[in-house]
Amino acid sequence: MASDKKYWQSVEELKGSSIVETLSENEFVEEIPTDQFLGDKETLENSSTSRRDFLKYVGFTTAAASLAACEGPVRKSIPYVVKPDDVTLGVADWYATSMADGYDFANVLVKTREGRPIQIMPNKEANGTTSARVQAAVLSLYDEKLRLKEPTKGGEAISWADADKEVKAKLSELKEANKSVVLLTGSMASPSTDKIIEGFIAANPNAKHVVYDAVSESGAADAFMAMYGKRALPNYHLDKAKTIVSFGADFLGDFHGGLEKSYVAGRKSETGHMSYHVQVESNMSLTGANSDKRVVVKPSDQVFALLNLYNAVTGANVPSKATSVDSTVKKLASDLKKSGSKGVVLTGLNDKNAQLIALAINKALNSEIIDINNTLNIRQGNDAEVSQLISDMKSGKVAGLISYNVDPIYSLSNSSDFSEGLKKLELSVALSTENNETVNASNFVLPTPHFLESWGDAQFDSVTYGLMQPTIQPLFNTRQVQDALLNWSGDATKYYDYLKSFATTNILGGSSWNKALHNGFFTKEVVNSEANLAEVSISDAAAKLSSSAKKASGFELNLYTKTGLGDGKQANNPWLQEFPDPITRASWDNYLMMSMADARELGFSNPVKDNGAIDGDYAKVSVNGKEVVVPVMVQPGQAIGSVGLALGYGKTFGLNEEMQVGVNAYPLYTNGNNIQYGVTVEKVSGTHKFACTQVQKTIAGRHDILKVASLKQVTSNADPKHTWNKPAFVSYDHNEVEAKTIDLWDEHNREIGHHFNLSIDLTSCTGCGACVVACHAENNVPVVGKKEVRVGRDMHWLRIDRYYSSEIATREEAKAQGLSGGDLYKAIETEAENPEVTFQPMMCQHCNHAPCETVCPVAATSHGRQGQNQMAYNRCVGTRYCANNCPYRVRRFNWFNYSNNNEFDFNMNNEYGKMVLNPDVVVRSRGVMEKCSMCIQMTQATILKAKKEGRAVNTDEFETACSSACTTGAMVFGDINNKEDKVAALVEDKKAYGVLDYLQTKPNVIYQVKVKNTNEA
Amino acid sequence: MKSVELHNRLTKLLLKSFTFLLIFAFSMSSYSQDIDEARQKEGKKLFKSLCASCHKLDKKLIGPALSGIEERRENDWLKAWIKNNAELRASGDRDAIAVFEEYKGSNMTAFPQLSDKNVDDILYYTTVGEIKKKVAVADNATSGASSGEAPGWLIYILASAIIVAFLMIASLLKQVNELKGNTAPGESSNLKRDLHELWAGLKRNTFLKVLTTIFLMLIGAYVFFGTLFKVGVDEGYQPIQPIAFSHKIHAGDNKIDCQYCHSSAKHSKTSGIPSVNVCMNCHKNISEVADDTVVELEDGIVLGKEELDLEIAKVYKAAGWDADNLEYTGETSPIKWVRVHNLPDFVYFNHSQHVTVAGLECQKCHGPVEEMEELYQHSPLTMGWCIDCHKETKVDLKGNDYYKKIHEDLAKKYNVDQVTISQLGGKECGKCHY
Repeated sequence: MASDKKYWQSVEELKGSSIVETLSENEFVEEIPTDQFLGDKETLENSSTSRRDFLKYVGFTTAAASLAACEGPVRKSIPYVVKPDDVTLGVADWYATSMADGYDFANVLVKTREGRPIQIMPNKEANGTTSARVQAAVLSLYDEKLRLKEPTKGGEAISWADADKEVKAKLSELKEANKSVVLLTGSMASPSTDKIIEGFIAANPNAKHVVYDAVSESGAADAFMAMYGKRALPNYHLDKAKTIVSFGADFLGDFHGGLEKSYVAGRKSETGHMSYHVQVESNMSLTGANSDKRVVVKPSDQVFALLNLYNAVTGANVPSKATSVDSTVKKLASDLKKSGSKGVVLTGLNDKNAQLIALAINKALNSEIIDINNTLNIRQGNDAEVSQLISDMKSGKVAGLISYNVDPIYSLSNSSDFSEGLKKLELSVALSTENNETVNASNFVLPTPHFLESWGDAQFDSVTYGLMQPTIQPLFNTRQVQDALLNWSGDATKYYDYLKSFATTNILGGSSWNKALHNGFFTKEVVNSEANLAEVSISDAAAKLSSSAKKASGFELNLYTKTGLGDGKQANNPWLQEFPDPITRASWDNYLMMSMADARELGFSNPVKDNGAIDGDYAKVSVNGKEVVVPVMVQPGQAIGSVGLALGYGKTFGLNEEMQVGVNAYPLYTNGNNIQYGVTVEKVSGTHKFACTQVQKTIAGRHDILKVASLKQVTSNADPKHTWNKPAFVSYDHNEVEAKTIDLWDEHNREIGHHFNLSIDLTSCTGCGACVVACHAENNVPVVGKKEVRVGRDMHWLRIDRYYSSEIATREEAKAQGLSGGDLYKAIETEAENPEVTFQPMMCQHCNHAPCETVCPVAATSHGRQGQNQMAYNRCVGTRYCANNCPYRVRRFNWFNYSNNNEFDFNMNNEYGKMVLNPDVVVRSRGVMEKCSMCIQMTQATILKAKKEGRAVNTDEFETACSSACTTGAMVFGDINNKEDKVAALVEDKKAYGVLDYLQTKPNVIYQVKVKNTNEA
Repeated sequence: MKSVELHNRLTKLLLKSFTFLLIFAFSMSSYSQDIDEARQKEGKKLFKSLCASCHKLDKKLIGPALSGIEERRENDWLKAWIKNNAELRASGDRDAIAVFEEYKGSNMTAFPQLSDKNVDDILYYTTVGEIKKKVAVADNATSGASSGEAPGWLIYILASAIIVAFLMIASLLKQVNELKGNTAPGESSNLKRDLHELWAGLKRNTFLKVLTTIFLMLIGAYVFFGTLFKVGVDEGYQPIQPIAFSHKIHAGDNKIDCQYCHSSAKHSKTSGIPSVNVCMNCHKNISEVADDTVVELEDGIVLGKEELDLEIAKVYKAAGWDADNLEYTGETSPIKWVRVHNLPDFVYFNHSQHVTVAGLECQKCHGPVEEMEELYQHSPLTMGWCIDCHKETKVDLKGNDYYKKIHEDLAKKYNVDQVTISQLGGKECGKCHY
């Protein structure tokens, strides 16, 4: 592994498209459209506005504007009548709470200002992690458009008392008649709520609780139940693993809620312990992108490979089929056996039998990595019970349905059956935070508060008992589901009192309630439950699995969830819609991912337009008689014969118009199975316009932006400066000298005071994008919408670049394959069917010798002594010279006013959405440049806190939004003048390098070379 | 300038002089009663310090109104009650028990430390009440206010006087000339002719022409830019507030610490407009101002006791306080103050940095607030004004461990004993603009 590797960002770039080349030369992808106006002579001549008129207008408007500016507005200050004791205006309060919305679960800290939550961060003490969706959940709180505001019955407002009376009367009527009532919820993982539901069922013996997860992991839970007698998901301690083999399990995405923290903890080259991770998959997933070796096979072959692995590991001979990757599988089996109890196999196939095989392999390996005691409770959905419920509703067996925060009409593949059944019910009650189709079809609609307004508890695994507390007064007339159920079971207790006594008696064991609430969690002892081992016939499971996979024909569809939208619960959240997918870099869309070979055969392509946007052709996808028309995205690394499509899009009911994007893939999600066989794909007419940033911010052929080394290289004694982390050399005075020895600028003494540096470890960065959303929230970064993203005007201060690189990376490797001459280069640069992927978070590098600063005509951007490149928005006149001169392409121009502008109808254009704005950071106006400030408002706040307390700043006290959101510890921020700070050592590390170091901009953002475990001896 | 009503200084002046005249004319009336002033003063002092938190003279508070109490109760009974009412009740005194029950069993503090003379003084005060000294008060108010006002209008008057004087001299000169017979009356005057010649000369002299043009252009530019630079600078901005709150009475006369009300100034970026419950800490007991309190607003409006009591009633309305039954009704209506000091959104200013860390007096930026009957913006709040201070001010960093090392290093670097704020980096754009 050396630097001969070719890095590329899109298929078009590999093909050598001239447009891509042109684009890479331009700072702004779109030309200013002067020609459109000036070039058209006719328009000019026919224009009724003469030059004189034009000058008059200019003069008049300038005069009017200046006159208007003379009068400042009168501002009112309205203080509290009674100020709450714990609120100091202008000072943030942090509350520990838990998020549990049915799909995303996290122990979090919530920052509130003047009683408004404005940011969510991981509760690191509780070992909490946040994803982009958890970070963005704070904006969904203020979703005025979708949130339910008052209880209604049949569309008419009704009081809570009347609603309760009527529901209770109906419930007792159904009880008398012994007609079944079903309580349909998502996974809540809440012990106190489970108890309340028990009480409700005791009071209404005709009631039943069914758990429905839109995106199900029913197979894994069922398999675990069969083998270990408990319906839960096993936990995986990937930090201790030596060999990880995953068959399509996107465990850095949503598999088991995401295992990125323990995964990354087990991949530290500096400690010498780095797991070897092989991903066998068809879609290019986040996990596959991070793996050491990615084996590309279509889903049916994944099944056979899994069976073959089982055979190879256990020596059994269950029915299977030969695949093209059998030699790799054999190698994997021997690796796994060598790792023994430190090996683990995971599979993302939502199929009980496949999951059983994986569990059996782990059992055969005697794996310590899989934890069957400390199980996960976050995916309790039961597909079988849900389909039973639908048939019971249709047949009239079920007469009442109380649903809570689920939308089966949107997310069921057989939603028409569900709606039909719903109409037959005698009682339909929807308790929901947000409006949706199911709510709309229900008779009683009872609004529930957002989790940031609620009391509650959540137990994600068996150890951490998380508590949920309100961080804001309820915005609307809502009531918690627990209060409703308590009321309907005839219990007059308020849920808060119930929760407190429940936790005190059952969980806390004498420990203080207030302390647990303050911490947001309480750690329990793990109870071992191995006694319950059931005998399962693996050969049966294997036979069933293999026979179903043998039926595979046509294209194979792998349905998946995207990092941005997940199961689609937060589809009305503009931050998530604008969040570019880590792999495809497309926002505001889902699409059919197709391999390059299949695309060529079927005639699909993604031509790049001259404004840097890419287009796509439409495909008609049919499965089981259901059809959807989706745009196609050609995806390197997609298995030939397979296609991928994301769930969670295409939601329309009640959503803002801009947010109604993508195609609903749930109709294809038959029986909750993420793999669908027998799919036909057919090209249909039409061109789709993608909003994809992958071509727009190209690196213009600049090499050395990325450095990748193997574990063997990094741990060897070879001098990195001459092997895997070579510094840049430049020609000076006809000699090759190290770039850092010469400089255009004078050196400043930076040893006094603070000097901030940010270190980004490319090995630990999984590309999850939590930092991107955290940056949005912290810095009031505007959302610009699909059209603007398409033309490259996205405002992300922090983006995560994704680079592909080809498998045959070096000349040596090519030569070893017997290539020479032109073929050799072609092989190196050939468009790879299975590229390696590297993520690189990119933001303002805060160069000590910043090219942008020297070209600003008004000195609006200048350098601070603490290392930050400062941007004074009020000084900027918008010449955009700085952006042109920035080699990193991180400066963003405000082409429009993005706040209070109906053209950009996102959160900054409505009174509720604006409540999420950070009051310490100004909302920029049109015509100014902006960029990452290295969260100067946060570093200044830390300094001020120390000053007020009369002490020096503590070690590692400085944080930025991105570094505190980063749960894998890839981003480390601090003061390098404090040698105790973690970052001080990282900057000096042998893996550290500056991007484009031959330019000698001396960035204050330092990257750590990405290390891959190539599993060499 | 802001588009709110501003006070007309001229009317105010006129009104002020008018009131002064009126008051002066009627100031002949003098004390009406024969009062032992020393005793009254002594009694008042004791009353204010011991009794006033629960009693008023003319109004029920926590305890009964005490005006004329001597007429209603025996002196001995009062002494016994004041010194130790619990004992009196325990002795089975019926009146005492009745009073106790009437006031819902609220316990009155015992004052065994008071001598008989003390109690008599207090009772004397309750009987004679306040001594009225109208003249002195009015006099003070008028002269006090006008002395602080001089420059603005004085300049206009002086200027007009000079112009008038100039015109008079000119006409006198003209007459003298005519009388001397230099010119016949009716012909164009000397002055006019001189001006003509000057003009003709000017027209001929290119150098003078150019010089005059440049001079005029410079003046024009000066005026033009001077005007532009004042756009958005609201020095002196003094909007009318929903409640005629006087900082002079609170911070000046009663010496309430600024940060008692603006309590977040030491913790936060904002100084915090006090919530109404902070007002109620005192105003629960102070439902009316002292009889002689007068607030003079800029436009000559003089608020006396009657008006000011109504202002306090506004606070009660906001807090939802029922002053008659002494209880909160829960019907609150927040006060919509007009913000006086406005910084643009793109500036980050933090009070606690200046108040807690730097230890600045509030008056440094806000001016003599304790003398302001109605608050105005004292400083221009422009960036130049901020920077000037940052450039000049040497920071007193003693005792703050944060600065220990950094100050040592910087002092060595700049070769000074004490560094200025700008040497510390207080002039960097990003420190205030983000």
